[in-house]
Amino acid sequence: MPSPAITSTALATYDVVIVGGGSAGLAAAIAARDAGSDSVVMVERDDRLGGILNQCIHNGFGLHTFKEELTGPEYAARFIAQADERHIERLLKTTVLDIRRTDADSNPSTPADSTTPADPTHPIDVCCVNAERGVFHLRAASVVLAMGCRERARGALDIPGTRPAGVYTAGCAQHLVNIEGQLPGRRVVILGSGDIGLIMARRLTLEGATVACVAEVMPYSGGLKRNIVQCLDDFDIPLLLSHTVVNVEGERRVEAVTIAQVDEKSLRPIPGTERRIECDTLLLSVGLLPENELSSAAGVSISPTTRGPLVNESLQTSVPGVFACGNVLHVHDLVDYVSEEAAHAGASAAAHAQALRDANANPPAATPATPDLELPIECANGVRYTVPTTVAPTRMGRSLKVRFRVSGVFENRHVSVYVGERRIYHKLRPMLAPGEMQEVILVSKQLEGARPGEKIRVLLEEE
Amino acid sequence: MAHDTAADVRTLTCIRCPKGCAITVTLEDGEVTSVTGNTCPRGDEYARKEVTNPTRTVTSVVPVHGSATCSMVSVKTAEDVPRDCVRGVIDALRVVSVEAPVRIGDVIVPNVCGTGVNVVATKNC
Repeated sequence: MPSPAITSTALATYDVVIVGGGSAGLAAAIAARDAGSDSVVMVERDDRLGGILNQCIHNGFGLHTFKEELTGPEYAARFIAQADERHIERLLKTTVLDIRRTDADSNPSTPADSTTPADPTHPIDVCCVNAERGVFHLRAASVVLAMGCRERARGALDIPGTRPAGVYTAGCAQHLVNIEGQLPGRRVVILGSGDIGLIMARRLTLEGATVACVAEVMPYSGGLKRNIVQCLDDFDIPLLLSHTVVNVEGERRVEAVTIAQVDEKSLRPIPGTERRIECDTLLLSVGLLPENELSSAAGVSISPTTRGPLVNESLQTSVPGVFACGNVLHVHDLVDYVSEEAAHAGASAAAHAQALRDANANPPAATPATPDLELPIECANGVRYTVPTTVAPTRMGRSLKVRFRVSGVFENRHVSVYVGERRIYHKLRPMLAPGEMQEVILVSKQLEGARPGEKIRVLLEEE
Repeated sequence: MAHDTAADVRTLTCIRCPKGCAITVTLEDGEVTSVTGNTCPRGDEYARKEVTNPTRTVTSVVPVHGSATCSMVSVKTAEDVPRDCVRGVIDALRVVSVEAPVRIGDVIVPNVCGTGVNVVATKNC
């Protein structure tokens, strides 16, 4: 389908266009402005900034960023205030439809052009739609992807049984209770022990519902320990590890679910362990999926592990000038880390816009300089993924935070980083679990002397 | 030679930070005699408090009338309240509603349940 015709009116041109006005988009916008970008805009599809923080009314946000415990709306309000102080533009109730580099004629390149890579110094076209203006276009030197993630729903799980009302994702129930003031059910079973599920177990209990149990298919919880303590233990809600839902009953409304124990290896239900629980509501807290349809359409390479873009040390994706941060990059457990990561992406996006301006004002010599050495980061031995996945020592600044997750629960393991055969980091961690994001800090000095073809490896070692 | 006393050993998960240290607290006659497993002073403080005087921040929502953007305003206890008061705070909030405008920090219920702690708004509506 051809792109909508572009009207002759001058296109709004920005240094940095940020897709999303949640925790990542806000921090990226503020950092881009502080790094010197004069024209920054956040495009947000909701009618307010703050994203999912608005419905996360519980406390525990901001311990790292503000050294105090805030609720979600308060954490968002601090960042919104900073964006307001800087007069950062925002387009609310506006959806981004397409992100595409412009061609030599300054039109968005068509997919047929993709065989000939577009000139990476050309501006990026961001096609938007809202009720007021219809379809319109923005031009950007840099784009920051900050769209966040969405919840895995029943369709992704293949739960047998009927299809009655009363099956919600935990975040949907959170919206109903905290934003709309509606209780979604009276007797609840929760499948999955992700943080939103744990938070909702407490929230629904306090609002007068009975939470019969939280069933988790894995032998460990995917949620933060503080949530297990404060949301389940405090209210004597059982957490059934290695259990799943094997049947849903009810015609118009959920009437009961059947749970069963699963084999720890195969994760298949063990016959004879079934237990029927009468309930009117089943909440699903079974994982979050980065929302990358826009990124993929823009040609951004996606990691099969994180389902987020593959990025370098500047959080730049495989498409030059397109950066990513927050839950669209990889799912985080703490918003503080989202803000920190997004600030890095925002600053990188501003620097990219500045570099393009400098290059246009002062075109580089005909013979391009030798490209920067880029070292791939590989993971092994219990490390499931890292962000970023490549590092250019010349561009990383003095240090670089590499975030990663482990593939299982490990006690007393060393986190090690090797450059080639040289071990540059080695530290004992008493406890590592998949639900808790880890980080190592690489110092540029340690990467001095790295040779082309060498790899950085992040892995767990017994000693 | 180990002498066996009426020691009460409790294991806790520290919630002061996401690390979630597994802490072992030993009490003798209701007095904390040892705290182990924590990796920072906050863990020690948490464990002592959790076994003697556990407290929680309570968060909820109350209806707000006359706001163009919100039908509910989120609230919290401005400080922790004793864990045994959590349900009492929620019950006290069931009968409360407010008029817009509401700003973050506005007192919604003073001295909730006689705890000496105010319930305050956490959202601008």
